[in-house]
Amino acid sequence: MTAGESGVSLGAETVNRRVRIQTAVTPAPAPTPDRQAPVHRQTVFDARDVSVHYGAKRALAPFQMKIYRNLITALIGPSGCGKTTFLRSINRMNDSVPGFKLEGQILYHGHDIYGSGVNRVEVRRRIGMVFQKPNPFPKSIYNNIAWAPRNLGMKDDLDDRVERALRDAALWDEVKDRLHDPALGLSGGQQQRLCIARAIAVEPDVLLLDEPASALDPISTLSIEELMQSLKPRYTIVIVTHNMQQAARVADRTAFFSLDENRVGTLIEYDETEAMFIRPADPRTRDYVTGRFG
Amino acid sequence: MSGLSEPSAVGAEEPPASGLPDPTAPLTATGSLRRRAAVSRALEVTATGSALLAVAVFCIVIYTVVSRGAGAISFSFLTTDPTGIGTGGIAPAIVGSAVIVAIATAIAMPLGVLIALYLIEFAGRRSGRVVRMALDLTNGLPTVVVAIMVYGLIVVGSGDSAIAASIALAIVMLPLIARSSHQVLLLVPGTLREASDALGVSRWRGVLGVVLPSALGGIVTATILAAARAAGETVPILLLSSLVTSNDVQINPLHAVSAMPLTIYTDFNDGVPAAVTQAWGTALVLMAIILAANIGARMFLARNRSRLGL
Repeated sequence: MTAGESGVSLGAETVNRRVRIQTAVTPAPAPTPDRQAPVHRQTVFDARDVSVHYGAKRALAPFQMKIYRNLITALIGPSGCGKTTFLRSINRMNDSVPGFKLEGQILYHGHDIYGSGVNRVEVRRRIGMVFQKPNPFPKSIYNNIAWAPRNLGMKDDLDDRVERALRDAALWDEVKDRLHDPALGLSGGQQQRLCIARAIAVEPDVLLLDEPASALDPISTLSIEELMQSLKPRYTIVIVTHNMQQAARVADRTAFFSLDENRVGTLIEYDETEAMFIRPADPRTRDYVTGRFG
Repeated sequence: MSGLSEPSAVGAEEPPASGLPDPTAPLTATGSLRRRAAVSRALEVTATGSALLAVAVFCIVIYTVVSRGAGAISFSFLTTDPTGIGTGGIAPAIVGSAVIVAIATAIAMPLGVLIALYLIEFAGRRSGRVVRMALDLTNGLPTVVVAIMVYGLIVVGSGDSAIAASIALAIVMLPLIARSSHQVLLLVPGTLREASDALGVSRWRGVLGVVLPSALGGIVTATILAAARAAGETVPILLLSSLVTSNDVQINPLHAVSAMPLTIYTDFNDGVPAAVTQAWGTALVLMAIILAANIGARMFLARNRSRLGL
């Protein structure tokens, strides 16, 4: 958090430099001048006229958005702009929030997530989530990973599955000798990687990350960001972040949400990350990414 | 206020007209602050004294019971059957108490935990309030009322039995277990529920696999404390399991069995010096068991809490 806040004051040059570095490592699809969606990408989520109310209060004004397969999509914006609301709506984590009401459709591979007959447990089975604050179960490291697969009937080769998940989350080398120690004995950054390992152990299709590094120190943040890059080939990742340097570093596409004059969350702009940070089409995006507000 | 004379000493400036104290005056208590300090001191002394009294009462009870009962305690006192009024041991009472409390716990614990789970996971606002109030009112019921209710429902027609006493004690324990378990379950962070929801695991598996284990230490502690409380309850046993027909150790819950509170009551009532000594000895045994259970439960909870990082 502090790293992010201080990074803001560094201004646009830093952002640009980081974007260049990131582009050099993993070439993102070249930004198209007409700002059309990349045609070769498969659409995973298609939000059509999605708007959200909490009781009488409107939290998100209607917007359209397509999220593409095997890309990292970042949702950025100031507090209260609805980015987390949208993220939690994708796997129906908001269902238990009193007064929550979503209009429009969020299509997941063409199926309406809020359609009749859709089971939200199955939705979450395919669309995993990692939360802002690391929340490992008060169990051993091993059982944190093994618990959900065991309950979902994936009981074969559980040891292998646990090892794979921990390796994928870049945590295996640190914990392989103490798999049966309590998970709460791990450091914050390790706990968060454990939560990511736990999420991928059930082989979801999508990972939703809700400010996964905001409670972590800069070193742990870096390891989480590297982890996201290594997971990208297999998962579609959507990340909410307060930290726009983080979005610039990790995301292929970035959506900027802000508050309109009635303090309702609104999608302002959604584009290739590079375009968002270098040539934003909307003055509000430019003001935000250059640190003029937020 | 007394500092008003100071400024003239410092210089020719006028005292502040606003009535605020002179900032250069010495920092000692003046005026009403003296009185307020005295009142504060008196209150502190009274409160501290009352707190010490609580400790003293506990120590006096312990001292009295130990000093009068210790003489009766011996290995044979704990392990043999009584041979007459005030003679022999109290083994049947110890075993009988264990049987009665064990059955009561076996009834009250699952029900209490299920009630607590209902309150946490499924109850609406209104139904939750009704259930909580019912539990609190049950907790406030005099045990003699619970006992005669059980007497009217069960004992009439079938006679005294350990199980009748167990049912009455289970009614005493139920609200204690349910309310304490509810409190413990409230402490389980909502983020753990979210985590299990987000893994695509169904609600009840999340409850069984994550929520309950996280709260287990507190639930076990609540159960031990409730059992310790029930072990000392006398009226239900007196009314429901007092027609003991034999001096042997009895474990059949369908018949009346002896119990420690019953032994204390009847021995003390006899008035024979030997019987009174035996009553004190039994009281010491009962008190030691209950204190050990309480202390053990609290230590278990503390260890469990630190393990969970709560």
